[in-house]
Amino acid sequence: MDLNTARPIIENILFIADSPITLEKIGEVFNGEMNKGEIKKIMDELKTDYNARGIQLMEIAEGYQLCTREEYAEWIKKFYKIDKGSKLSQASLETLSIIAYKQPITRIELEEIRGVDSGGVVRTLLEKNLIKNMGRKKVPGRPMMYGTTRKFLEYFGLKSLSDLPTLEEFKDDIQRGDMSQRFIPSLMRQKILVMAVVSR
Amino acid sequence: MTYQIKLPIFEGPLDLLLHLIKEHEINIYEIPIAFITKQYLEYIELLKNLNLEVAGEFLVMASTLIHIKSRTLLPKSEVSADMEEEGDDPREELVRKLLEYKKYKEAAGLLRDKEIAYKNVFTRKAESEIPDEDELLIEVSIFDLLSAFKNVVKNIKGSDTYEISVDEVSVTERINYIMEALGNSSYILFESLFSDMTRKMELVATFLALLELIRLKLVKIQQTKRFGTIRIFKTVEETKNGPEYSTANN
Repeated sequence: MDLNTARPIIENILFIADSPITLEKIGEVFNGEMNKGEIKKIMDELKTDYNARGIQLMEIAEGYQLCTREEYAEWIKKFYKIDKGSKLSQASLETLSIIAYKQPITRIELEEIRGVDSGGVVRTLLEKNLIKNMGRKKVPGRPMMYGTTRKFLEYFGLKSLSDLPTLEEFKDDIQRGDMSQRFIPSLMRQKILVMAVVSR
Repeated sequence: MTYQIKLPIFEGPLDLLLHLIKEHEINIYEIPIAFITKQYLEYIELLKNLNLEVAGEFLVMASTLIHIKSRTLLPKSEVSADMEEEGDDPREELVRKLLEYKKYKEAAGLLRDKEIAYKNVFTRKAESEIPDEDELLIEVSIFDLLSAFKNVVKNIKGSDTYEISVDEVSVTERINYIMEALGNSSYILFESLFSDMTRKMELVATFLALLELIRLKLVKIQQTKRFGTIRIFKTVEETKNGPEYSTANN
């Protein structure tokens, strides 16, 4: 099937879909008449089309979905009583960010980074389907490992995990302080002694 | 020294330390350990004065800080001076942990931004999925009902007991039971109708009562999708909006 015929078909499917749809899923509609590359090309075209429109075509959780735009939220809420529920707690977000970057990760490893007991948070996140069991680690005690779910991507409107900035990007941000002074024990010790005297 | 009481913000001792470091504009690689320990302990003291339970992790960190402080205050012995290579700073482990934690805290901040932004993006999926639109419901056939009932019978507890009891369960009594159950809510689930019944007799009578109510058009049975959960609704018109049984009274 040529692209010009397929494009409106795909657009119609996107219009009616109530969750992000993958290229594979759309491919099924065409019974193999369209390959993944062709569908991807149409998606890219549609995405560009929608950039000039009031709504947008977003890539979420490895799929595509027609969405409203953030800036019109107030208007939509005026028309339609809609609520996506309350926000996650800070503890949940911290835990999720660690799991997202370090998965698969055990609870002990997670708590090592956070410095606090995280059993309750992990349970809540499991219940919310934002994380899932990833099997057991082959170490004594065979602790459970956790990873993020597809729902996690959908919740934050992320295309994929690689959509998140790398940890190194955060690191750079932190280390913009003077690197040259890193761990110079003797010099530092003198300063500390001085400070200790002062603080007495 | 002013203390802002923003207690719930601190997710743990590392979070608190980062806050103190930021507040006093301290270089994270050059933490004045005596100073920060003092600040930290004062904060813990404040928590106690407020009668707040201080989590164990905060106390562990307090002891770690004091330990590091004592090590930095001790004069270097000859032996350890030889042993100590560059990098063997008692604070190094703490700094490493703080830096690592800080990265994830910032990542969490990013997730928060994404969360807030995406909460304002809506899709076709109606977030408030309230199945109160009758149009969405489809009628349930007698076969659906029968197979649902078959499942209920299959799942009854203690089904292998033989009982010979004579107390009769009347269908009329069961009809009253169903109507009473419906009186409290707009609908009840098919399964919940049988949830606390263990005797086959009861089940059969209740099912017959339900069929009778359907025949009399006192209830209607619907499900949101084929093979979905079967719901039982009362058919008394518009009791939600209008005064109850207004037509009956007039």
